[in-house]
Order: sequence, then C-alpha cells, then structure tokens
Amino acid sequence: MVQDLIDELGRLPGVGPKSAQRIAFHLLSTDPTDVRRLAGVLMEVKDRVRFCVTCGNVAEEEQCRICRDPRRDLTVLCVVEESKDVIAIERTREFRGRYHVLGGAISPIEGIGPDELRIRELMQRLADDTVTEVILATDPNLEGEATATYLTRMLRPLGLRVTRLASGLPVGGDLEYADEVTLGRAFEGRRSVDD
Amino acid sequence: MHVSQLSLTDFRSYESADIDLAAGVSAFIGPNGQGKTNLVEAIDYVATHSSHRVATDQPLVRAGAARSIVRTTVLRADRQAVIELEINPGGANRARLNRGAVVRTREVLGVLRTVMFSPHDLELVKGDPGGRRRFLDALLVQRLPRFAAVRSDYDRALRQRNSLLKSAGGRAVGRGSEAAMATLDVWDAQLARAGAELLAGRLELVADLAPHVTSNYADVAQATPRADGGNEAALAYTAVIPLPRAGVDRTALADALLAEMARMRTAELDRGVSLVGPHRDDLLLTLGAMPARGYASHGESWSFALALRLAAFELLRADGDDPVLILDDVFAELDDLRRDRLASVVAKTEQVLVTAAVAADVPADLVTHHYAVREGLVSRG
Repeated sequence: MVQDLIDELGRLPGVGPKSAQRIAFHLLSTDPTDVRRLAGVLMEVKDRVRFCVTCGNVAEEEQCRICRDPRRDLTVLCVVEESKDVIAIERTREFRGRYHVLGGAISPIEGIGPDELRIRELMQRLADDTVTEVILATDPNLEGEATATYLTRMLRPLGLRVTRLASGLPVGGDLEYADEVTLGRAFEGRRSVDD
Repeated sequence: MHVSQLSLTDFRSYESADIDLAAGVSAFIGPNGQGKTNLVEAIDYVATHSSHRVATDQPLVRAGAARSIVRTTVLRADRQAVIELEINPGGANRARLNRGAVVRTREVLGVLRTVMFSPHDLELVKGDPGGRRRFLDALLVQRLPRFAAVRSDYDRALRQRNSLLKSAGGRAVGRGSEAAMATLDVWDAQLARAGAELLAGRLELVADLAPHVTSNYADVAQATPRADGGNEAALAYTAVIPLPRAGVDRTALADALLAEMARMRTAELDRGVSLVGPHRDDLLLTLGAMPARGYASHGESWSFALALRLAAFELLRADGDDPVLILDDVFAELDDLRRDRLASVVAKTEQVLVTAAVAADVPADLVTHHYAVREGLVSRG
C-alpha cells in the first residue's frame, strides 16, 4: 500500500524516489481531514478544469479568466508554449493583453509538428484584424526558437507587428558569471541608450 | 597547470583511490590490466567529458555500481580549483566546482586542460572522418569552452531535423506537403545557424593548428622526401559546402549551408538524413602531394599522429599555461627518433603523466616520480 503511494508520487515531475518517500510518510502522519481535502482538490481539478476554447489556457468555464476579463487589451496577443508560462508572465503584472497557448513547441523527435500545436486556432483568432501585435514568448531554447521562426514566417504576410521576447542578462546578476551563450545573445540584442 | 590530487570512486576497476600528484614527470608502471590507463583516463575525462577509449560512459563505472565519481584538484599558477564529476551512464552527469554545484556540467570545461597521446591516435590518420572531427571539436572546446554549447545545439538541431526528414520523406501521403516543408525550412535555419558557428570555430582552429602540424611533423619525421614527391605534412578542412578562401564570415557560411540544403533537399528526403553540415566534413591530412590516409607508411602515420597531438599541445600552451600532458602507453610504440622528440617536449612541460608496462619503456632520466600499479593499488615508489 505505502509502496504504491511512493511509486505514484515518484512518477510526478521533479519528484525523485527519496522525495516521494518523504511525501508519502508525511501524508501518513498528517491529519486525515487534510489528506481528504488534498484528495478532493485533486479530483475536482481533474473533473472541472478544462482548456479555454479561445486561448488554450487552463479554465474552469468555457473561457479562461483572462479571456473573459473585459479590461484586457484586445490588440496585443502573447503566444506561449504552456499554461504555466501564462502564470509566469501574469506574475509580472506588466502585460495587459491576452494570451495564446500553443500546447508545446515544434519538436520532430517527439512527433510534434505545427499540426499538433494550436497554430490553426491562432490564425483564426488573428483573422478579424482586432489584434495588431503578436509577442512570441516561446522558450529561448532550440525548439522554442524554431517555433518562433515558424510563427514569424506565418504571421509576416498578415501585416501585424511581430515581436520576440528579448534574451540576455538576468537582472541582478553579475556580468562575469553569465555564460558565454547568454552574454553573446545579450550583445546581439543590445540597444541604444540615446533616448 | 597541474593536477595535485586525484580521487576515484567506483571508476573502472577502482572502488576507491586517492593519489597525490605533483608537477614533473610521473610514471605509472605495472603489468597490463592493472589499472594504469584508468587513472589517466579519469583525469582526461574531467578535462574533456569523454573517454579516449570508449564512446559511452557505461564502461567507466565499476561493475555493480550505479555511478562513478572523479575528483581532481587542479593548481593553476597559485590558484586551486577542485572539480568533481559524477558520471551517471543512465542520465545526466553532474559537476561541482570548488564544492559548489554548477547549473550545467559543461561549465567546468576549460578549468583543467589535457593533451593525451595514446596508441589510439593512429586512428586519427588511418581511421574514419569521425575520429578527426572528434579531435577537432575536443580541441576547440578545450580552447574555447563556449563551443561545448554550440556543439550540443548543433547535435540537437541535427537530431530534430533528421527526425523530420525521416517522417516527411517516408510518409507516402503528405510528402512534400506545404506544412512539412515549412517546418523543414525552420529546421534548415536552426541547423545552418548552429552549423555556421561550429564551422567557423573549426576553420579558425585549423588555420591556427596547421603551421604547428607542419613544423612538428618535419621535426618528428626528419626523413628524406618521399619517392612520390615532397614530405611536407599539411592539413586542410574539407567541407560539403564551398569554403571562402580567406576570412570566416558566419553569415556567409550560414547562407552557403542553406543554399546547399536547398540543392540537396530531394536527396535528403529520399534518404531521411541530413547530408549537409559540419557533421559530414573531414580534415584532410596530406604528405607532399598525397593524402596520408592510404598512402603514408606505418611510421609516417605515427609521425603524423604525434605531430597532430604536439600541435594541439603547443596551441593550448600558447594561451599561457601548460596543459597536463598524458602519455598513455605510447613510448613502447615509437622508434628512437620519435621517442627522443617526445622526450624533449616532456622535459619542458609542467606536468606529464606517463603509463607503461615496464620501466624500460620510459626514458629513465625523465621521470621524477615513480608509481607502481598492481591489482588496482597505486603505490609511490
């Protein structure tokens, strides 16, 4: 029984065998009502959460909270790989537009091509000319760059403003500790300080 | 630089070993199969993250153990660095520098530099292009560690693109479909970008290396000109794309790669693999007018292999610090002339690690520290 629990927990991302064991024994010593609440939330999430028909973000209704929010700027769209990227950008409170979640990045090794991503839905959203700027916020790795390149080629004929998130130095970091690739990118993306 | 301490846990035949080392020439002497090469292989692995003997990491871990740990203390000028590598054949390796974990294992590359001579070096001259590409890339990374990231990006782009070519070319329906071709265009761009960077690095390296190879070969071989004309050793990089005569412009290289991919697209789809890029290139070694591979005698091939390693050593040394020189079982393979040449380099190097089956194989007046290796035990003699 206990071993089953450890095995199940061990299958979660970021949880190794030792952590799984620790969580399992923690649950065993926890008050039953707390455990029941956790189990309830797990089931409820699975039953009630679905994906927003508009943007593909996690939602509890037909549309997600952000797509339903009338204060959001309809002219700017930020394209991300996963729902968790939406959460990361929302934490900044800088971005007031809306999102489009692709559901991954182009990766032939994993059998993911443009048809497996929500790119067709993206093109449909852009068809009525409400959106004037698309921000490509895919990961700055090989697959994310490939996806951004692909989208750029698709979007360019539409005459929108297409931008890509900047890559470069982490804020609060030391230049001397930056790795060469990051520093190289930061040089490529340097900007004038005239104004 | 030199290695002042080596600790092994479950590495090859060693369950655990702690060996104090010093500057000068250390000779590890013992019968075959006692673990001499394992010691120098461990040090070389810390510097290059690959073994000179095997392509996978599994053989590096002692039978029955899950992982092995190699720890080296490196002294450069008066600064000390402790590099610890955990080798996990099933997953990613882990590294620590001065007891602090690093984000990526490759961040510790470049702290320790080694140049290893071994009997396998003959393959550089006689073997397949893959061995020569590995030689170039390993030297490139030792010189400029950022190329480890370039190389890994290139390999990943190549795997993604090959995967796409296989599925797009193999599928009867949808072959040449607009979506598949548009995706292929994207991977062409990724491969060309990383490929141009790698190619530029290799071209600059070969330009710097070539004069050292020529002079070292002349020095090592000291032979009369070959009957078929000339005896000068030269090396040239041969690529699947036409190379610019002078200068290395990454944009021009990327454009040339893209143009060649466009020309080869049908063939690539037919075969389901990438036929264009630095993974298909070679290093052409010539003696006089003839290619060394196939034409050079056994002795000439040995001289060429030595000249390549000596050139690599000189190039790394030119950065201001001697790399650790490792001579794994090579003296026994060489004739007197080549032995003397190697010995003269050994005498001027901060740290040299030599392995040999019998003491008589190593020029006796060179050695400053003796170690006996027997049944996995290393004792100072």
